Amino acid sequence: MAVSSKIIVRVEDLHKRYGSEEILKGVSFTVRQGEALAIIGPSGTGKSTLLRCINRLTEPDRGRIWLEETEITSPHTDINKIRQQIGFVFQDFNLFAHLTALDNVRLGLLKVKKLPKKEATERAMHELARVGLAEHAQKYPAQLSGGQQQRVSIARALAMDPKLMLFDEPTSALDPELIGEVLQVMQKLAEEGMTMIVVTHEMGFARSVCDQVIFMEKGVIVEQGPPEQIFTNPQQPRTRQFLGKISELYGGAGR
Amino acid sequence: MKWEQLCQGLAEEGFLRLACDIAPRLIQGTATTFQLTMLAIGLGLAGGILLALGRVYGNKLIYWVSTAYVQFVRGTPVLVQLFLIYYGLPTFEIRLDSLTAAIIGLGLNSAAYQAEYFRGAIQSISRGQMLAARAIGMTNLQAIRYVILPQALRIVIPPWSNELIYTLKYSSVAFIIGAPELMATGQIIASRNFRYFEVFLIVAFIYLVCVLIISKLLDIAEQKLKIPGLEMR
Repeated sequence: MAVSSKIIVRVEDLHKRYGSEEILKGVSFTVRQGEALAIIGPSGTGKSTLLRCINRLTEPDRGRIWLEETEITSPHTDINKIRQQIGFVFQDFNLFAHLTALDNVRLGLLKVKKLPKKEATERAMHELARVGLAEHAQKYPAQLSGGQQQRVSIARALAMDPKLMLFDEPTSALDPELIGEVLQVMQKLAEEGMTMIVVTHEMGFARSVCDQVIFMEKGVIVEQGPPEQIFTNPQQPRTRQFLGKISELYGGAGR
Repeated sequence: MKWEQLCQGLAEEGFLRLACDIAPRLIQGTATTFQLTMLAIGLGLAGGILLALGRVYGNKLIYWVSTAYVQFVRGTPVLVQLFLIYYGLPTFEIRLDSLTAAIIGLGLNSAAYQAEYFRGAIQSISRGQMLAARAIGMTNLQAIRYVILPQALRIVIPPWSNELIYTLKYSSVAFIIGAPELMATGQIIASRNFRYFEVFLIVAFIYLVCVLIISKLLDIAEQKLKIPGLEMR
């Protein structure tokens, strides 16, 4: 899918501190419409914090973020309106445990978007079908596998018709044999032109699906570029070292 | 009356005759006990949920007020609370009849205990549930109403059953301020015929049956509301 020149997200000089520890030390980047951006890097380097700052599930200390023309970080912005336009997929799914798959997807349509029930149901079923789970609509989260739960949570986010999808290590909590089904859904989304930011340890996915890759460490962006550059010809020694370790572990950078 | 004719047929001084004679009054008292219990538990339910939400989600002031309330109520005897309401409030020109005073007193008392059950249930729900609700654009209140409370209320049923049973039994202290409930009815009957043992044996039996029925109903409710993966953890 072609990446347009229209900028969907702009992050400028983002800072976040927890106590004495500075998690984000001035991060800036942009994402264009239709672009899939992978953020990779060692654990505990602020990747997830960065993602959560974008929809302000975590409040940044300093810096500004825009979604198209709206400044997300402005105190005058209705953050609930913004969040409807930004899908968020959690590492541990966080499906509403008391609701069926269908109701998980439908809840936001009914209560936030205030759609009539019939329309919301049709929309929700459509999204469940999109992630290949239409026949599991009446099951509760505890009756679904991890991979299925994550796909429902993707459908839940998609149902709100977002301009941007954020994925926070969406496959890290999954058994190895369930990772594929989730990545497949994400790949399809990317191909359909969804703008997305994916924090991931799946180097194969970052390499083959994403248009841009950011390597982050210790709260700063170490290197950024198209996947060919990052994976075959990294400019920074630290990037090379990190990817070297990964390929040692998994045999080849393509995991 | 037909009921009295039925009683006439039983042996003059026997237990059955006594039971038969006092049954209508005890049934009346049981009905009052039931009314008192249900209204008090309902008041306690509403108050308890608000107090629990105040303690979990409230700002400093709300947290402090709800915590102080819970501590005060749990730290003082229910009898003292009833006396404050029934004998104390008239000082401020607020006069309640004994049953109303008992309903309010037991309800306010129950609210403090229920608040702690609800607080435990709310806090047992993973933080991710709230995050996920906020992430699709829900306000805090929507998230509490549609995601947190429906789960908390299911989790709370087993411990909450105890509270309902306690309230039913504790409602007997209302006889001290003269509310015409089951205990008071038994007291009046026994003080006239001096058959304390038999009368209170029957009273005890009625309480027992009520408790068993309530336990069963709550079991059924728990089963009906059961959702896979949402058992008491």
